[in-house]
Amino acid sequence: MATGEIDVKYVAHLARLALTPDEEKKLSAQLGSILGYIEKLRELDVANVEPTAHAVPLVNVTRADEIRPSLPHDEALRNAPKKSGGLFVVPKIVE
Amino acid sequence: MLNQLTISELNAKLTRREVSARETTQACLDQIQRVDGKIHAFLSHDDADALAQADAADKAIAAGEQKPLLGVPIAVKDVLAVKGQPLNCASKILGNFISPYDATAIEKLKAAGAIVFGRLNMDEFAMGSSTENSAFGPTKNPWDITRIPGGSSGGSAAAVAADECIASLGSDTGGSIRQPAALCGCVGLKPTYGRISRYGLVAFASSLDQIGPFTKDVRDAATLLGVMSGVDPRDSTSVPQPVPDYTRALTGDIRGMKLGLPKEYMIGGLDAEVKTSVDEAVKKFQALGAEIVEISLPHTDYAVATYYIIATAEASANLARFDGIRYGARVEGADPIELYAKTRGAGFGSEVKRRIILGTYVLSSGYHDAYYLHAQKVRTLIRNDFLKAFEKVDAIVTPTTPTAAFKIGEKSDDPLQMYLSDIFTISCNLAGICGVSVPCGFTKNPKLPVGLQLLGQPFGEESLLKLAHAYEQATPWHKEKTVI
Repeated sequence: MATGEIDVKYVAHLARLALTPDEEKKLSAQLGSILGYIEKLRELDVANVEPTAHAVPLVNVTRADEIRPSLPHDEALRNAPKKSGGLFVVPKIVE
Repeated sequence: MLNQLTISELNAKLTRREVSARETTQACLDQIQRVDGKIHAFLSHDDADALAQADAADKAIAAGEQKPLLGVPIAVKDVLAVKGQPLNCASKILGNFISPYDATAIEKLKAAGAIVFGRLNMDEFAMGSSTENSAFGPTKNPWDITRIPGGSSGGSAAAVAADECIASLGSDTGGSIRQPAALCGCVGLKPTYGRISRYGLVAFASSLDQIGPFTKDVRDAATLLGVMSGVDPRDSTSVPQPVPDYTRALTGDIRGMKLGLPKEYMIGGLDAEVKTSVDEAVKKFQALGAEIVEISLPHTDYAVATYYIIATAEASANLARFDGIRYGARVEGADPIELYAKTRGAGFGSEVKRRIILGTYVLSSGYHDAYYLHAQKVRTLIRNDFLKAFEKVDAIVTPTTPTAAFKIGEKSDDPLQMYLSDIFTISCNLAGICGVSVPCGFTKNPKLPVGLQLLGQPFGEESLLKLAHAYEQATPWHKEKTVI
């Protein structure tokens, strides 16, 4: 297991999360102590243990691929912060 | 007082036409008016809508309809979608979001006749153990308003304890139903992973989250579990397991049942009064004819660390959807990346940010195997501990929390101490089993509720509720009311 020192600025960029310098400083200290605590998992030898992703014995659950009623267009757009002509408005992505 | 009734008591009175659904709903709304200024369990409640539902229920009752929840006012944690009502997860980032559809659990409550009303306070996105992380201010414990009600479903527990509703719904990812139920003195049930569909539940940690009820007694928890359980094509993790009538398991006869007492749960930080209450409860179970067996769950000490890797990793992925594009509040930016970052920086509170950063880190390139995969393997060891224990016992008995309700502000600057308050509840979610907290006594000064946790096998809710019910009926704790 890696030792705990988080580059908060870099990880915040990965998470698309704008932090103030104050938040970065505070998080860095707090996450340092949380990671220190998490290090105790290193005590365990798990070389021959299978991982558990979830606790139910279901795999490849599918349903029939049929057209069913879905959310009406205007309902789906109802909570949009910005919309126009029946579409979500976003900043320009390609020049 | 009608608002103090249990579901089964109210149901009997409604059927005999001694009271109306409207009177009952009005009694709940009056109680909210009277006490919620002090407690702040509710973020909002639409009184006209609740009374209109009550009138519809009264008409149905007059027409002779019989349904398990007909005319019963039930309030909902602000993490479940109720069509036409606000949904904020106690966060600023959802802005003025109105749910376009009902969660499956809500659909089932409505089909059973319930009056679904109100939005109950919580820790933002269900991340917390005290309800102090709500963007709309904390909920107070009805037994002592200088103390926290527990969390994350603090509003759900406080509303039931203060008789502001007949029952409520919450969600439990690491103890968020059982811990507040214990600290507020009500019954809180976390069903087995896969028992209740999570369609319409805002996801926090998808491999751990479950919906469950808060009630005034065990019978009501059995009733609500029966109504909400079952497979749902809209949630591929719901399990096609038959749904029994859980109330039929409540026979009171637990002779010969085996209860496991894990030696790892008698830790140093366990409060003396909590320990005494749990010891007394164990004796009561023996007196009722159950056999107590000492068991070992050797990986208990690793559960909190495992949880804070898995839960934050899953949360960092689930909360990526709150990006200011399709719903919620938006802060504009020159390009999409800047818009996302600014929107999320302004919209999320500090605990949510902390968990997103931790979760993103443990999943990031170079660290995934060292943290996330390693934690998933330890999760297997924790789950195996329980499956092995259940070869010998019908259920496991523990304290729900190491202490009674702590003071508001006491742990809010120390996230790790806050995380450790979930030490007894977290393993249940990692193992995917079921658990319930029932009142088992009070501390002396101040008088605060203490909770007893029973943990059961996957889909072993009948045994779990049978044990909880027999204990409850043999003790006076669930009948005690707050003075507020």
